Amino acid sequence: MTDTLKVTSRHVGELAVIYTEGYINNQGGEEIAKAAYQLIEEGRKKLLLNLEGTKIVNSIGISILIEIIERILEIEGKLGFCRLTPTISKTFHIMGLTQYASIYADEESGIEGLSG
Amino acid sequence: MANTAVLREVTLTLPMVADMEIAASKTATAMAEFMGLSLDKVDEVRMAVVEACINSFEHSEAADSRVYMTFAVTGGAKPEKLEITVRDHGRGFEPSSVVEPKIEEKLKAERKRGWGLKIIRGLMDEVKIESDAKGTTIIMVKYR
Repeated sequence: MTDTLKVTSRHVGELAVIYTEGYINNQGGEEIAKAAYQLIEEGRKKLLLNLEGTKIVNSIGISILIEIIERILEIEGKLGFCRLTPTISKTFHIMGLTQYASIYADEESGIEGLSG
Repeated sequence: MANTAVLREVTLTLPMVADMEIAASKTATAMAEFMGLSLDKVDEVRMAVVEACINSFEHSEAADSRVYMTFAVTGGAKPEKLEITVRDHGRGFEPSSVVEPKIEEKLKAERKRGWGLKIIRGLMDEVKIESDAKGTTIIMVKYR
């Protein structure tokens, strides 16, 4: 019924930005995790998830994002999110994700915030 | 006493198959837009409906593998309230026994799921859960 989430990434200095397009359900979450763990394997410790192309998520997909946060904490890295819809942002606050991952309005401020 | 009436009502029966929650979210969106909710509130209703459906899909073990939904807009001269009922004929659960998830615990835990009810309660104005051995009903309300 829904297409598979599309995930792409680009490197910005020591940081990597991951872009998503589509519904973050369990399969979508797994796609993001695969991309994130690949970037971590390559030595990236700072990841910014740009969710501009995602208008809906579910709690199973977010649970997989929590796994990525756990992995980032293990390697003493940083994870941020940007371009969230107000509802996704509110949901992340409800769940407490913002204690461990920052939310930025846009990619530019995310890159600046994570680079510090 | 305020003069309220049902201004629009839609019922939906969904099979418990992957991504069917998106079909429910489309009906929720149409009803929320009909009553003139802000875009943010429409989106909150949509996400709460997705979570309520997933809860039933994942946990109910309903023999008929169906979720029964009612979307009702009520009000007087203008729509005031959207009430969404999500019902299954599954095994039920004791709502008071559900431990509220905490991120600091989930980060260390093997199982990181179990957020649905917390998200629904955070996004909707009122949430009521009725559950017994014959099934579960979640009633969610959003006001204009």
